[in-house]
Amino acid sequence: MDFNDNAEEAAYRETARSWLAKAGAEHRKTFGEPKPNTPEHKAAAKAWQAEKAKAGYACITWPKVIGGGGGTPIQQVIFNQEETKAGIAYGYFTIGLGMCVPTVMAFADDATKGRFVGPAVKGEEIWCQLFSEPAGGSDVAATRTRAVQDGDDWVINGQKVWTTGAQHSDYGILLVRTDVDAPKHKGMTMFWIDMRDPAVEVRPIHQASGGSEFNEVYFTDLRVKDSQRLGAPGDGWKVALVTLMNERLAVGGSAGPNYGEILELARETPGTLADSAFRERLADWYVAAEGLKLTRFRTMTALSKGQTPGPESSIGKIISANQLQELSNAAVEMEDQFGIIADPDVAPMRAAFQQSLLWAPGLRIAGGTDEILKNIIAERVLGLPGDVRVDKDVAFKDMPTGR
Amino acid sequence: MDFDFSDDQKFLKGEARKFLEARCAIPAVRAVLDDPDKAFDAGLWRGVAEQGWLGAAIPEEFGGLGLGHVELCAIAEELGRAVAPIPFASTVYILAEAVMLAGTDAQKQRILPKIAAGELIGCLATSEGPGAITAASIQATVSGAKLSGVKIPVTDGDVADVALVLAKEGGKPGLYLVELSGDVGRVSLKSLDPTRSIAKLTFKDAPAERLGGAGEGMELLQAVLDRAAALLAFEQLGGADRCLEMAKAYAMERYAFGRVIGGYQAIKHKLADMYVKNEVARSNAYYAAWALNTSAPELPIAASAARIAASDAYWFASKENIQTHGGMGFTWEVDCHLYYRRSKQLALVAGAPKAWKERLVSQLERKNAA
Repeated sequence: MDFNDNAEEAAYRETARSWLAKAGAEHRKTFGEPKPNTPEHKAAAKAWQAEKAKAGYACITWPKVIGGGGGTPIQQVIFNQEETKAGIAYGYFTIGLGMCVPTVMAFADDATKGRFVGPAVKGEEIWCQLFSEPAGGSDVAATRTRAVQDGDDWVINGQKVWTTGAQHSDYGILLVRTDVDAPKHKGMTMFWIDMRDPAVEVRPIHQASGGSEFNEVYFTDLRVKDSQRLGAPGDGWKVALVTLMNERLAVGGSAGPNYGEILELARETPGTLADSAFRERLADWYVAAEGLKLTRFRTMTALSKGQTPGPESSIGKIISANQLQELSNAAVEMEDQFGIIADPDVAPMRAAFQQSLLWAPGLRIAGGTDEILKNIIAERVLGLPGDVRVDKDVAFKDMPTGR
Repeated sequence: MDFDFSDDQKFLKGEARKFLEARCAIPAVRAVLDDPDKAFDAGLWRGVAEQGWLGAAIPEEFGGLGLGHVELCAIAEELGRAVAPIPFASTVYILAEAVMLAGTDAQKQRILPKIAAGELIGCLATSEGPGAITAASIQATVSGAKLSGVKIPVTDGDVADVALVLAKEGGKPGLYLVELSGDVGRVSLKSLDPTRSIAKLTFKDAPAERLGGAGEGMELLQAVLDRAAALLAFEQLGGADRCLEMAKAYAMERYAFGRVIGGYQAIKHKLADMYVKNEVARSNAYYAAWALNTSAPELPIAASAARIAASDAYWFASKENIQTHGGMGFTWEVDCHLYYRRSKQLALVAGAPKAWKERLVSQLERKNAA
């Protein structure tokens, strides 16, 4: 029972750390610290990814022949930790390299793989994942975006929504309906598409939080070649499950203020630290946050031993999203009337708690709602039965639809 | 990174489970529950002594096995799972730990080998009335090595041989070892968890020997409780895991409205909530095990967090286990209430969660300020 790297891991960490110190300093010298959502930010991210690829730190677990590092999952985790410590964090490639490109590698022909994998690893091209739709969020298989075969082409019409990074992306993987007579899970097909095609329109969503991290994506007579198909026609759901399985190895820290920040705020807010109700809640937040951090150590332990991590990693977002919301609420209530101020120049801690209060509802929904995640724990971890389904054996076109 | 039980420790844990399944199945627990004259399972007590568990963390020179505290945590988890009706916590987590922590060599020689051999039962006598005891509120006194006062409740006080008593000498709190001979008044009391007995102890000039330094009673008590909290967290975790298993098993075989109730989201989400709490408790307990085993300076924070998480998880799992069982869960015959009772007994016996939350936050304040 310890937290120490073994000798190999320690050596890897030391090498990674010294590389990060040197390459990171050079990177900052060239690019500075550009503001998010600017062309300069994206250019810096691409350059950093290229540096990482050169040194074998991009896609550490992938074979060297395709541009990866030829390393192990624990090395990837160690590098992620050191990269976070080094303060260099760009999110442009997470979805592409974590989910989309692995799907391409699993289902595309050699020519396609040869064309796309290398540039993605080197950060030359960015990918997004086009699954959710207005009528299918938790129920991704309710996909309505339609593809109709026309000779060697497919013609696609419809709309996706909540697409992270679509505005930055060069390519995407797209789940569409190709057979409306088949039951819903059997009538879908997956394609890769060119996001720069004029038939693809990306519109940022004006979120309830005020920001625009997510997008709507519209397809109007988008023509794709049959060779862009990933998996057999009608097998789109199977392909999508492979994509979603790759979502799992996210051993990162959670963003947003936590118990340490609210303790800091409490110090500056008269009366709060003497309030036993606040103190009790602070203890609960600490226990949950540390519980999550320590659970990640358990996951790392399994990786370190070359084992598959247990199901305990599935608890992460249920805890962190709800905690962020409750903790932010407690923080603004602590500030009393002052808590209404969301101006970073006036509000304590540059309005971090006001921002996270507004962001938290989205976090509880994105990447699996609380309810879906609990279903997943109940069904896949505990082995309880699935829900009664009324949509399994009905032709998609005969399925009742609401809003 | 090796944040888990080792293979040897897992083996030990597996063996402990097998032993308890054979010797401490539910009928054995109920034999203590249903018999007001039976304070604990004496046969099981002899059995765990023979297994070496009582001295698992006691050094070999004092008659123990000299294993680490992580091994003791593994055993604790299994004892909790089995709702074992024996004075293990009082004797091993508290008295043995206190003597190892602060005892003179003579005290260690006198007490530890007997604990390891199963010949000595311990108890902790601090409480005197409702609410957490404080340095200011202690009424028991020591004068000329004689202790007087009333302690209520004392878990295992009706069967213990030696009590660790919190009392004041010259106005300063200290911890004292008192042999519970015929001169100490003992009255058994009805317990929220009848599988763990309690008593009122009345001391009148009882011979008492100080453990640790003069006037260091509160600090030493807290240090002992930190160690006990880490170990108790594993008992709580074992019980909470068992509750989730029971709830799941029942949800898979109970039919309502034409299908098993485990297929309804109201039940599925309840059980998922149990799972989440249990995993948070497990991770915090592992951290406390590491801190305990290495005597790390993080122990006060780690033990507090482990106790808070484990108390919360066991309480939630035990009450929602009853709820999942519906009306059957509210009968004496179905075992759910054994865990419900034990969850509360364990959450209170080393100080209630509220006090531990305060301890945790005051530590965090100090750490953040430093």
